[in-house]
Amino acid sequence: MIVDLPNTTTAEVSKKLVRLRDDVGAMALSRVLTLVVAVDETDVEAAVETANLASHQHPCRIVVVAAGNRRGTARLDAQIRVGGDAGASEVVVMRLYGALTGHGRSVVTPLLLADSPIVAWWPTWVPPDPSKDPIGEMASRRITDLAASTSKPKPALRRLAASYTPGDTDLAWTRITLWRGLLAAALDQAPYEPVTAVTVTGAPDSASVDLLGAWLGGRLRCPVTLARSRSGTGLIGVRLVRRSGDVDLVRPPDGNVATLSQVGQPERTLSLPHRSDAECLADELRRLDPDEVYADALVRGMQRVTQPRTLTASKAVARGDAPSPKEAEQDIKRLHRAAARVSRAAMESRPEPAAPPSDPDEVKAETRRRLAPDGATTTSSRRRRKGPS
Amino acid sequence: MSPAQVSRQHNPLRDPRDKRLPKIAGPCGLVMFGVTGDLATKKLMPAIYDLANRGLLPPGFSLVGFARRDWSEQDFGKIVHDAVKAHARTPFREEVWRNLAEGFRFVPGTFDDPAAFDLLAETVADLDASRGTGGNHAFYLSIPPGSFSTVCEQLQRSGLSEPSRGSWRRVVIEKPFGHDLASARQLNAVVEGVFPPDAVFRIDHYLGKETVQNLLALRFANQMFEPIWNANYVDHVQITMAEDIGIGGRAGYYDGIGAARDVIQNHLLQLLALTAMEEPVSFRADHLRAEKEKVLSAVRIPKDLARATARGQYAEGWQGGEQVVGYLQEKGVASGSTTETYAAVRLEIDTRRWAGVPFYLRTGKRLGKRVTEIAVVLKRAPHLPFNDTATEELGQNAIVIRVQPDEGVTIRFGSKVPGNQMEVRDVTMDFGYGRAFTESSPEAYERLILDVLLGEPPLFPRHEEVELSWQILDPIEDYWARQSRRLDQYASGGWGPRCADELMARDGREWRIP
Repeated sequence: MIVDLPNTTTAEVSKKLVRLRDDVGAMALSRVLTLVVAVDETDVEAAVETANLASHQHPCRIVVVAAGNRRGTARLDAQIRVGGDAGASEVVVMRLYGALTGHGRSVVTPLLLADSPIVAWWPTWVPPDPSKDPIGEMASRRITDLAASTSKPKPALRRLAASYTPGDTDLAWTRITLWRGLLAAALDQAPYEPVTAVTVTGAPDSASVDLLGAWLGGRLRCPVTLARSRSGTGLIGVRLVRRSGDVDLVRPPDGNVATLSQVGQPERTLSLPHRSDAECLADELRRLDPDEVYADALVRGMQRVTQPRTLTASKAVARGDAPSPKEAEQDIKRLHRAAARVSRAAMESRPEPAAPPSDPDEVKAETRRRLAPDGATTTSSRRRRKGPS
Repeated sequence: MSPAQVSRQHNPLRDPRDKRLPKIAGPCGLVMFGVTGDLATKKLMPAIYDLANRGLLPPGFSLVGFARRDWSEQDFGKIVHDAVKAHARTPFREEVWRNLAEGFRFVPGTFDDPAAFDLLAETVADLDASRGTGGNHAFYLSIPPGSFSTVCEQLQRSGLSEPSRGSWRRVVIEKPFGHDLASARQLNAVVEGVFPPDAVFRIDHYLGKETVQNLLALRFANQMFEPIWNANYVDHVQITMAEDIGIGGRAGYYDGIGAARDVIQNHLLQLLALTAMEEPVSFRADHLRAEKEKVLSAVRIPKDLARATARGQYAEGWQGGEQVVGYLQEKGVASGSTTETYAAVRLEIDTRRWAGVPFYLRTGKRLGKRVTEIAVVLKRAPHLPFNDTATEELGQNAIVIRVQPDEGVTIRFGSKVPGNQMEVRDVTMDFGYGRAFTESSPEAYERLILDVLLGEPPLFPRHEEVELSWQILDPIEDYWARQSRRLDQYASGGWGPRCADELMARDGREWRIP
């Protein structure tokens, strides 16, 4: 249900919310937090959609503060969305005009849920100092998104580092959680050797590349080199240099499949999907305490990261400093081909395999056939199908 | 400054403060026996896919199916594919599926055929080489307990149960863990004769439910519940697991086992232990287990079992708009069977905390609806400064932990009815786990399978707990076995036999309607 309240006051909005709650049921009673979204008027719909998806995991009240035209008379247009139009949340969109645009906080305050955390999110721009921002100041958690806000992440990261206050976080950091998990899991395995150097390959417009490098450098206490790929390609690969051999995690651009190679283990493909904004936002809402690991990476880790001006990804690959995304792509294809038998067959519509138990003798015969030296346990391509027995 | 040291114990990329970092299991594979079973297709395979989709399975994860079918790998892939498509919680992603499917293998064989296990050993070794599973394998025995010993022996004979240095082998078994103390011990001797106790994971999927873990949080993370969580304030506790279905096609398994062995011995006594136990020193597996064992060993069964137990069988009737047959008319049930489909018992716990507080446990099939809950019913206020008419409709306060469906907590208390008269009536305050947190919380099996692969045992009962719960149930089963009269019949779709209501009435109480 969507209710429009043009030229209104927050008192009206609150009253309407209570009335809607009575009509629709006690839906707002277990909201766990208020998500305040500060956005430009043109980006409202996209932001609401992302927040709605995230709210499926964390039912919340979403308060969108959209600044419109600064000139003209001060005016507040509100819109309330509940039920099917608001995912698992209730959404209040407030469009501010005129002098009111500078006083977003005053319209947000009356709509905050009682006694529950406040999260601020800036989907498309980064305030100069999030914790000093009028809305950021109220929030216990402040989410920025460098990827959507700037194409020059380095100065922006420096600014965020300078103004860092516990509770700050950035979606560029959330996007690399799976990468971090995989790299940590790789170091859980033998050989247990220190990592002496790291190369991270990625686009210069991706803050995630810098943050991953900073995290690795800070935790592993080793120099980190960034090799730049084309803009827009995002994070492509990581190499951890160890004495006995490197750990390479590579995801060719545009793919959702990566390869992981490390000493003593066969090369493997794994799915490393690009995470949607909603997923990342939901992730952020899960933890409402300050992320100290992010702070370490942002504030202290950056100093270990160097980005030679001229080091492009292809040069780094040629020098043998970085894993090659092209090779990874070929490896993925090769490994997929090798295993395609099973997966492709399963995707095709095939007749149901024999449902009733097969005849024990036939099963035993099949066992022996596969055990036989030329039966090749896992690569048998000769298929001997029998109908249901 | 020198680079950070890396060792088996210390991984510099891990930091206890880093709560986002997912726990990804190390390289490993899962060997599943009984891939054609209901559990495997409805729960296990979808759970494995969901784990893969959430990025929690290690690269190179492999799934080996073992069944008495002359299938090829493709046929097995098809079975898993269909199971995943039909039952997975998370959306189907082609790439995730393809990656997962690369690790599928199928071993055709019968349990009594040594060659089949040689083939399995060969397949597992091949996976270690080609997919880097590192010699770490879990064997999921989703098969009738009668086959456990054969399979365990074969695993031992073929060397599959022996991990090489630095790797692990684990075995996962599902309830029932025996049908009485003696058989439980026998079964345990078989399994623990082959695998060390640490490597045996007994799955009670109730313990993987979020609410059960939330029960620990509710009790031990809050200040407001623990002070009243004792005999001073609690009148009695009701633990209910009701099913709306009948035995379905499982007469062969169910007849002769009955509701008490099927549900009370494992699920309900585990819930009782978690509700009644003292605060563990920490949430480490051994500490948690120590407290559960302590409270289970303090459980006392009443002397007069005739007055403290009740059982019954469902009779034909109408349930949920459908006409259903009675238990004795079900296909495959012996005529004149005395297997109960409803069981209720009153237990007491001999500890200072619970002295004099009865714990009523009940379970049944074909009851009013499918629900599992723990209701902690409090005593009445010692003095009510109202006149009688004002509190006529006031019941006892209760804290209800709803385990399924709609996991959450309900608190029941009195509130004034609006109007100019003073009138107090019961109201409820609801906390829905799904409403306050994630809409799609992980399936219990996802959590449990991941815990097996990570080797984290807190949610799995140990053999000692299984033995203790049989010690509680055995005398009751013995008593029932000595009774010759026909079991009370109860109408399908109701809340159980009259004798169960009488059991409560004798104590001046009544069952909640869950």
